[in-house]
Parts: sequence; C-alpha cells; structure tokens
Amino acid sequence: MEKLGKLPKLYLTVVFIILYTPISYLIFYSFNSGGGMSNFEAFTFEHYAAVFEDTRLLVILINTIVVALLSALISTTIGVLGAIGILLMRNKKLQKTVLSLNNILIVSPDVIIGASFLILFTLIGVKLGFASVLISHVAFSIPIVVIMVLPKLKEMSPTLIDAALDLGATKRDVLTRVIIPFIKPGILAGFFLALTYSLDDFAVTFFVTGNGFSTLSVEIYSMARTGITLTINALSGLIFLVTMLLVVGYYFINQKTKSVLKGGSK
Amino acid sequence: MNHKLLRPVFKIPYVIWVALFVIAPIALIVYYSFLDLTGNFTLNNYKTFFTSIYFKLTLSSFWYAFLITFFSLLISYPTAYFLTKTKHSQLWLLLIIIPSWINLLLKTYAFIGIFGLYGPVNAFLEVSGIGTKQILFTDFSFVFVSVYIFIPFMILPIFNALDKLNPTLIDASYDLGANAWTTFRRVIWPLTINGVKSGVQVVFIPALSLFMITRLIAGNKVITLGTAIEQQFLVTQNWGMGSTIAVFLILFMFIIMLLTSGRERGAVRNGKAR
Repeated sequence: MEKLGKLPKLYLTVVFIILYTPISYLIFYSFNSGGGMSNFEAFTFEHYAAVFEDTRLLVILINTIVVALLSALISTTIGVLGAIGILLMRNKKLQKTVLSLNNILIVSPDVIIGASFLILFTLIGVKLGFASVLISHVAFSIPIVVIMVLPKLKEMSPTLIDAALDLGATKRDVLTRVIIPFIKPGILAGFFLALTYSLDDFAVTFFVTGNGFSTLSVEIYSMARTGITLTINALSGLIFLVTMLLVVGYYFINQKTKSVLKGGSK
Repeated sequence: MNHKLLRPVFKIPYVIWVALFVIAPIALIVYYSFLDLTGNFTLNNYKTFFTSIYFKLTLSSFWYAFLITFFSLLISYPTAYFLTKTKHSQLWLLLIIIPSWINLLLKTYAFIGIFGLYGPVNAFLEVSGIGTKQILFTDFSFVFVSVYIFIPFMILPIFNALDKLNPTLIDASYDLGANAWTTFRRVIWPLTINGVKSGVQVVFIPALSLFMITRLIAGNKVITLGTAIEQQFLVTQNWGMGSTIAVFLILFMFIIMLLTSGRERGAVRNGKAR
C-alpha cells in the first residue's frame, strides 16, 4: 500500500484537532476556578462538586439513564421480535413495504418525529412527562434495532429452526435456544445503538417532555440558552468519561462474542 | 415449513408499533395541516405557506442545507480517502466517530465559548491584528458548527465505499496512462458515488430541520424549516401551520431519498463481491 505523504498527514491531523477541540475545550475549562470559558485562573474541582451537590441535576441525570436503559431494553425486545417476524414473512412485496415503513423513522428529521408524537400523545391522552418521553424513545429506537438484527437473521440457515422444531422444541425453545443465541451480536449492537440514540436525543424529547420532566439534553439546552455555566462543562467531562467507558466496554463485549462464535465454529 | 405457527407471536408488538408510531403520526400531520387554529377544516395553511415568508424561508433553509452538505462533503471526502490509506484505518475511523457520540448539545455549547467575544478564536484574531469580531450569532458560525456536527456522518459512508474499492482498478488506471486527476474523476469518484449519496442523505435532511443549533449559535438569525416547525408547535401553538410546514419537510425528505438512493447497484458496480 502506498504511504501517506506529508500533506495528507497534515490534513488528517488538522481534521482530528478540529474534531476534538470542542470536547477538550469544554473539559479544560471545567477545571477553571474563574466563572467563564476564557481566562483560565486556577485549577479546581468545584464545578464537579457542584454537579454532585445539585440534586435537581442529579435527578435529571438519573431520569436520563433510566429512560435510556428502559427504552433500549424495550425497543430491543420489540425490534428483535419484529425482525424475526419480517424474516418469516412469505409475501416478499409486503416484506419490502414493511422494511420501508421501518426506515421512515430512521430518516425522518427529529422535528417531524417530535411534532407528530406530540399530536399523537395529546390525542390519545398520554400525559406529557416520563411516559411520553419513554414511549417516544422506544418508538424511534425500534427501527435501528431491526436494522442491526436483520442481517444476522439472514445469515442464519432456516433449516436450523426446522431442525429444532423436528426435534420437538417448543416455539419458546426455538426463540430462546436457537434464534437468539445466533443473532446475539446483532442484538447487542442494536441495544447499544438504542442506548446512544436515547442518551443523545434532544429534539424529540424537547417536543414531548412537557413541564415537570426533563432529560440531560433538554436541561443542557435550557442552561446553555441562559449563558455559560461551568457546571455544564463539568457535566460534559463526566459524560465524556462515561461515553469512553461505554465504547471500550462495547468493544470488549464485541471481541468476546466474536471469539466465542469463532471458537464454537471450529 | 412450520413457521406459520411462529409468525403471529413475533409480529404483534412490531405491527402495533408500525401502525401507531409510523403510519399514525404521518397521517396526523397531514390531517392537522388542514385544520385552522379553532380546529375547522381549511386550506389556508397551504395558501399561507406559498404566499408569505414561509416560501422564502424554505428557500433559505435549502440554501443553508446545501452549504452545510457541500462543505461537509468537501472536508469529508479527502479525510475518508486519506483514512483508508492509513495503517490502522479502522481504529482511526473509530476515533473519527467517537466525537459524534458526545451529546450534540454539549458540542454546540462548546462553540458558544470558542466563538464567544472572549473566546480563543477572537483572542487569535486580536493577536493577529484583525481585531475581535462578532462570530457568534452569524451565518458563518451556524454553517461552521453544523458542518462540524455532520462531518463524522459524512465520512462514514464514504469511507465504507472507498474501503470496498478494488485497488487494482486504480493501478489499472495508472497503467493505462491516466494521471491522478483523471483516475479520481473517472474511476474513484464514480465507484464511490453511492457512499457520497448516502452521506448527502444523512446530512442534507437533518440540515433542513436543525433548530437547536440555530437557536444557540445563530441566535434566531437563521431560520430553517425545523425552527419554523418548532416555533409553530411550541411557541405560537399553531399546530395547523406547523403541520403544513412539516408536510413539506416530509415531501422534501422523500424527494431527497429518491434522488440519493441506489445503493444496491453500487455493490455490483464496485467489482468486488461483498
């Protein structure tokens, strides 16, 4: 393979610097004892302490995590079942239609999802708050789970299911002992994506959250609108740390399942 | 096959989801676009859309989305190209994607500090003799921050397309006497056009509907379709007008998807079976 010249290397370096500047900048000033994001005065942890003393913020943090975990769990369950359902469809035309319907929410702008869900919840009478936020997060995470799981399902030979059924497995056995172990990497990828979708979402939540309930994104938005608070910086430092841990964790789990699968097929 | 037994159990929750959260919301948006403030049937929303500021707004929204997509592509294509040439390209790619996992709001918030009157950019301008400038709340800052946010999403599909490209094709092109530019224009670009298309798709549609960045960075100077919808729904509480704008946004979305689809063909054309 040809080697990279000096100019391309410089170009890549600049892109990397630009990509990481905002995050580093935020974290750097989170240790600033001065009030703002300029003039670094002295090193301090006081903003981190402020995060943990602010009970309102902590409640919002817990809300965010609970919504993310619950929505990822529920959407993974529904998504996996849905993907199996789609795979087993005999009518190929219908299958294609369902797949296009599935993808609509992935490409839809957040604003459309948020606005239409707001109408929906108001009409059905779901109170805006925890329930509406959770339901929306489940709703927009399902298609991504389906997308992650379906290729794995397609890799699976249908004779496996037939064999299991012939050997006297019940429906439940087929699902829990044959299908799910086989598509585990896809399920895991879907779960993690659903988790990050939920943690990252701002626009949809902003529409359906109502007054009493708030997630981190919405809270940061309202804090940022009033100006610079270094508590947000401290928060972003913590979030960056957690994100990195998630990335590393996901990477290792992925490696592990990969090696298990490889070991099994030997 | 005995799959008939299994089918209904799997499908039920998913089918309910499709009906309730995919079909119903779009139907509701269309329905509401025909309602006025008091809930009566009307076509006025559509009339307003074409005659008033909304039409101009749509054009400017498209213009900004175009600029954002254009600059994202301009920066991402070479980045993706050089990345495929690095030694541990998958690891570098992961490093490019990690910033996209950091909460969008936080990245946007960082730019409030960076572009601020006392921020590092203005400090640099001061030192270099240009003098401090109002950067925040301008079109420039809006486009810059949006491009920053979208770059990883643009790089990913282009990288995948370039990665699949059969390197012998490039060697063949050189052997046949093509120079670097011709090789790029006639071989590399056509073979990776589908990656570019999906990149454009994932950038252009969200760029049309951004509303958080416009509020925080552009300070209401830039109004996109997304901002207008948010305004109508949450501030003015005119759901009818908001839905009308949303209907058009959905239409544009479908048009863009039609224009940028065609991934299947690319897999065959790339020459490498995958």
